[in-house]
Amino acid sequence: MSGPDRQEPFEEPSGPGSGDGDGCGAKGRDEQSGARRPPRIPLPRTSIEDTGNPLPDPPLAPVDLDHQVLRSLLGAWALAACSVEEAIAVEEHLGHCGPCAEEALRLRDAVGLLHQEESLDLDPGLRNRVIESCLGRRPPRIPVPDWAVPYDAETARLDALLRDIGDSEWNAPVRLRWFDDDSPVSRKTTVAGVIAHLLAVDGLVALALGLDDPLGSDAAPPADPSGRTESYWRASYFPPTRGVRGPWRAQTHELIRTVSFTAGGAYGAGSGRLTVPYSAPDDEGRRVELPLRDSMLERAFECWIHAEDIAEAVDYPYEPPSPRHLHHMIDLAARLLPGTLAERRRSGLAPPPHGLVAAGASGRSLRLEIEGMGGGEWFIPLDSPGADASADREVAHVALDGVEFCRLAAGHVSPEEAAAGQDGDRRAIRDVLFAAASLSRM
Amino acid sequence: MAKDAPRRWDRRMQQRLAHGEAAALGELYDRFASLVHGLAHRVLGDEDAADRLTREVFAHVWENPDAYDPKQGSLRSWVATLTHQRAVRRLRQTESAALARGGEGTAEDLERKVRRASAAARADYIVTAMPAPLRAALELAYFQRRDYRQTAADLGVTEDEARRRLRLGLQLLSTANDAAGPAEPHPAQGPPPGYGRAL
Repeated sequence: MSGPDRQEPFEEPSGPGSGDGDGCGAKGRDEQSGARRPPRIPLPRTSIEDTGNPLPDPPLAPVDLDHQVLRSLLGAWALAACSVEEAIAVEEHLGHCGPCAEEALRLRDAVGLLHQEESLDLDPGLRNRVIESCLGRRPPRIPVPDWAVPYDAETARLDALLRDIGDSEWNAPVRLRWFDDDSPVSRKTTVAGVIAHLLAVDGLVALALGLDDPLGSDAAPPADPSGRTESYWRASYFPPTRGVRGPWRAQTHELIRTVSFTAGGAYGAGSGRLTVPYSAPDDEGRRVELPLRDSMLERAFECWIHAEDIAEAVDYPYEPPSPRHLHHMIDLAARLLPGTLAERRRSGLAPPPHGLVAAGASGRSLRLEIEGMGGGEWFIPLDSPGADASADREVAHVALDGVEFCRLAAGHVSPEEAAAGQDGDRRAIRDVLFAAASLSRM
Repeated sequence: MAKDAPRRWDRRMQQRLAHGEAAALGELYDRFASLVHGLAHRVLGDEDAADRLTREVFAHVWENPDAYDPKQGSLRSWVATLTHQRAVRRLRQTESAALARGGEGTAEDLERKVRRASAAARADYIVTAMPAPLRAALELAYFQRRDYRQTAADLGVTEDEARRRLRLGLQLLSTANDAAGPAEPHPAQGPPPGYGRAL
């Protein structure tokens, strides 16, 4: 590239208009040459001030820029991002500086290659299709266990949504909603706060697998989901920002990786048999817990429900999970219902059963019919969690759409308002719908 | 130094893929799907064709993780090169087939189209791979229509520095046009410029 030390290509000015050759390194020469020596550069034209003609607009005053500066302006010039005077000076310069002219052409062509990044939303279903086709061609030695696939899919869907939203949308208000003591409760946070919540609660699974706790290991963190969330929110002086996406996503990937390695473990069903505690032990040493495989399903469910909360807050469309995954989520809720009913009776939230039924014996049942994709039919034992629920002793029938049922179980619709077709024992139906709502938590 | 961490990630990913870890394939997709699909779409200009090519590229990486040589550059640039080569080949195939069926245009039109699509995809990659300060400057000057003085103010740098970034950014971008040689007859020989390790 040419520089200030470059040789002048012309010894003599060839005439008015051609100036001092390519003008390279010409800075300040005018001021110093003065009138004592014969002018190397043609004298300027008569000043317009002396002619009586109107003055040109001040911005168009000639700019005197040297080669270095003009060259440095080439990018801005190609982008039309310099002043008019600078553009004129550059174009003038290009007329007699070959290297600059060449570069200018190159850079202007390069501008033609810039285009607005097309915000092409990847089809969320593509991930699954790509991965399935890969695994079909080369079966994995270490597969992701079936029960962790919904979590893999839901976290990927949420992450794709997060990738698309702008900085300000991370602060969009979100109201977390759930049922407590048969009443709706809510807690205000932001999009980033929701991701912090997911990070803190997924941490329960991480802990059960022996991974690091996102809440840190200094003090013993609370053992229940809302306690952990509040603790995580409190731990930082500033409210969470989009910076929380990285740690959340890293943990989700680490969980999937870890359960893949441990699921097929040497003993029986491997880590699928581990349990994940969701509370500290009570006075009798009992605590809320789920087998790891159900816990991963529960986390997938929560991920979807909160992704919907976020999507609603930032006005994005968001689809329900794939029918197969939705089915597993509904199945988990249906399996949790009998135990929840029994728990509610113990704590007085539901009336006592119609006489105890021995485990394995047949008792009264409610037929839960879930319509739509991912649906199916479940018989919920009403008298005892261990009872054999069968069609023979069906006393009630509830029919609900799958997504509606999930929203009920997430505490997003109330049991009274859930659009459910009902038939039979009203008390049993009420008990089951309230039990479904009470599955929800922050 | 800054390159060490990503390179470690690249090597570890390669090992995990070679080991047959399905979870690694998911992470690979999460990291590169928008790159692959975006480049494919830029060349082919068709959603379904881009989806198909995305499937092909990931299948190739999953089945041949050892084909990646970390010494030659980042995993990202390797995946981009694979995508680019396959997309250009596919475009030429479909366009030639259309031509053979009596479609409009000449063989030169076809080559021009392939060359343009190829340069456009390479430019997309260069923009995403260039140092963030250069990208930010181009973003302001081109898309936000800020002049270089405003760009300097927005970025909190001197006007000299803003001019330097705009020029350097465009210089990098201009290399996208370099590889658009006549017909890229042997696309398998080495990566096209723009996907190299310099970025």
